[in-house]
Amino acid sequence: MEVLFHNVRELVERAENENKLISEIMIEQEMLMSERSREEIIAQMENNLKVMEEALEKGLKGVKSVTGLTGGDAVLMQNYIQSGKGLSGDILLDAVSKAVATNEVNAAMGTICATPTAGSAGVVPGTLFAVKNKLNPTKEQMVRYLFTSGAFGFVVANNASISGAAGGCQAEVGSAAAMAAAAIVEMAGGTPAQSSHAFAISLKNMLGLVCDPVAGLVEVPCVKRNAMGAANAMVAADMALAGITSRIPTDEVIGAMYRIGQTMPTALKETAQGGLAATPTGKALQAKIFGGAVLERG
Amino acid sequence: MKYTSVFDIIGPVMIGPSSSHTAGAARIGRVARDLFGRLPKWAKIHLYGSFAETYKGHGTDVAIIGGLLDYETYDERIKTAFQDAKNAGLEFEFIPETDHTEHPNTARIVIGDDETEMSIVGISIGGGTIEITELNGFPLRLSGGMPAILVVHNDRAGCIANVAKCLAEYDINIGHMEVSRKERGNMALMVIEIDQNIDQSIMEEIELLPNITKVTRIKK
Repeated sequence: MEVLFHNVRELVERAENENKLISEIMIEQEMLMSERSREEIIAQMENNLKVMEEALEKGLKGVKSVTGLTGGDAVLMQNYIQSGKGLSGDILLDAVSKAVATNEVNAAMGTICATPTAGSAGVVPGTLFAVKNKLNPTKEQMVRYLFTSGAFGFVVANNASISGAAGGCQAEVGSAAAMAAAAIVEMAGGTPAQSSHAFAISLKNMLGLVCDPVAGLVEVPCVKRNAMGAANAMVAADMALAGITSRIPTDEVIGAMYRIGQTMPTALKETAQGGLAATPTGKALQAKIFGGAVLERG
Repeated sequence: MKYTSVFDIIGPVMIGPSSSHTAGAARIGRVARDLFGRLPKWAKIHLYGSFAETYKGHGTDVAIIGGLLDYETYDERIKTAFQDAKNAGLEFEFIPETDHTEHPNTARIVIGDDETEMSIVGISIGGGTIEITELNGFPLRLSGGMPAILVVHNDRAGCIANVAKCLAEYDINIGHMEVSRKERGNMALMVIEIDQNIDQSIMEEIELLPNITKVTRIKK
């Protein structure tokens, strides 16, 4: 099986040498590895894009999870943007709102597309549908955004981890934010190298983030972590597009993320035993949702 | 490589809330169903690590039962899988375990009916991607992402060649193959990943070869 890239360095070099977009390298690799046609692969990604848009629109209308822990925040943020009082910039806040919308739908057991996981599914579509309003991409460019995100995520998944249980939240929302940052850069017309720097800048600021879901539910703090992941991705992309570079090479940042995940205590890796899950309020919420038996476990 | 497709990263399309604990769990259940070949009458599901700690919140339990009912990760019926299982005559039990396992998201699914029973161990490695690491006590590595056949046979010379010859006659290419056994000269297991789905008739033909005990398949 031929692999076109094993790490980000090879991915960027190949894109530069062949004068291609990173998304194109990912499409070519998928054709090689799956032995499927370009049309089939594009069609599947278009379907994923459709699922993302539908999830996001559902969330923007307002949803509530079964437990009532999450839901409705995407609407609050949209209303705030409409009021014109936003300080951080409307595109950034729109990305935050749309990331939250997606994860609120996920928490409510709605249909979503994992990017790279369900718990981190808000960041990539949230940023995509926010920058869309500024960059006016074609549908093809929107699909390419997902392939570029996927190319970087592919490296992380194979060289480190995208699982909160194995690597903490840095492996989930951290990976998602960095993937989105790289894709924003490509859509905005940046170079493959700038995508790589955006990825590194984003992930560096997610290192060490633990996975500590209250009651083990993908709700608190997951939904708000997606909000901040989207904000992180937007700022990292802008930094890279401004010409700011990462001093630590991208693949070394991924290596650092992997080792941090390895040494992270199990209590902070999706076991609902540490961090926010173990706070008095976190435990009280767990008891309220599942009853006393589960409280003793936490 | 653990992940071979961009759709492992941008995907799967799934019912929330967790790709590893919901979608991955559903996939492990569905592979178990596929290998068993029909709906089992009962299921005992042992959960380890993060699966054991958080399965209720993540819907891991309904997802595994959904998988045993042959539901895909995006099938809305996952939400009602418990009731659907009862209606279909599948009894089930979840057993959270405290033993340490190599991977934090591990499930051992033991299923059966009046004729036979089967045990598999699956791990959910992130983003909805899974591996099957054990079948009826045989260690193996199977992604479930490729069509495969699993052949239980007596550990005798010529068995592997016979199976390979049969597949070759039908122009079926072997992508990856592993053989494992518990002890020499006893029962052994061939795991053969192939490039296309295989017909029932070919499986039956393999089953008739000398020293072959049982043939099961995973479709894609």
